[in-house]
Amino acid sequence: MARRWEWFHRLGSPPGFYRASGYWLPWLVVAAALLLGVGLVWGLAYAPADARQGNSFRIIYIHVPVSFLALAGYYVMAAAGAVHLIWRMKLADMVMTAAAPLGAALTFLALFSGAVWGKPTWGTYWVWDARITSMLVLLFLYLGMVALRQAFSSREAAGRACAVLALVGTVNIPIIYKSVDWWYSLHQPATIRLTSAPSMHPDMFKPLLVMILAFYVFYALVLILNTRAEILTRERRSGWVLDLVAGRQQG
Amino acid sequence: MSPQFHSITEFLTMGGHGTYVWSAYGMALLVLVGLVAQPLRRRRAVLEAVRQAVAREQKR
Repeated sequence: MARRWEWFHRLGSPPGFYRASGYWLPWLVVAAALLLGVGLVWGLAYAPADARQGNSFRIIYIHVPVSFLALAGYYVMAAAGAVHLIWRMKLADMVMTAAAPLGAALTFLALFSGAVWGKPTWGTYWVWDARITSMLVLLFLYLGMVALRQAFSSREAAGRACAVLALVGTVNIPIIYKSVDWWYSLHQPATIRLTSAPSMHPDMFKPLLVMILAFYVFYALVLILNTRAEILTRERRSGWVLDLVAGRQQG
Repeated sequence: MSPQFHSITEFLTMGGHGTYVWSAYGMALLVLVGLVAQPLRRRRAVLEAVRQAVAREQKR
């Protein structure tokens, strides 16, 4: 059985991941730039304005993708935490560390774009309703991950504590998803559902799909960049990093 | 499919919603650029520190 899993062990080791991901980066950069470029022009200039909201509706092309990724990113972080807790996998701990500031930034953008969209649409930047408050809790969870990591002097202990916090925090995710159905809210219910057709005209919906895809690729790109930086920081005293600096190795 | 705006001014004012639309997109741009720049800067700093450590080591 050893043969079949060799690639996994190679990719799962920090130097192996560092080397392999170096080859993925150019593709991700090109894909993210293309998708973002197409989505931005399409959403800003070609999609029709909303009949009631006018052009402020165009904020959707930022707001929905970053909110998606803020939530999906939490699953990535929690899954990495679980893998680290169960199998003591160093790379998983690094991915978890890499996901925290990225998730915090995306959650901040979701709240900011939501506030700026709320003003012309609802007449207020902020309301303490379930959806918005639970997103604010998500921001604090991400920031808490960053702070908790720095509070420990032992990397071992920090990794375990962060993994536990990430896993406990997942209870917030279904609350965010369901908040618009469970409580009365200014926030509109989900536009995109897997079980039914989107409640949106195709001319508005297609650029949104492009932007969501663009942000997925962008997320992968930044997660990998962060993980690579984390790998280098932690392994700066090991032989392969010295070889890398001396240019004795490809990658 | 055709453009929704007929002039640059019209595009920038967004029918009176320009401030909201452009501040959302502007903030997004700032954050995305920062997210990419941060790990690149960190990588460069670590590699530079290792390079200096190696140089010091060789001098001794």
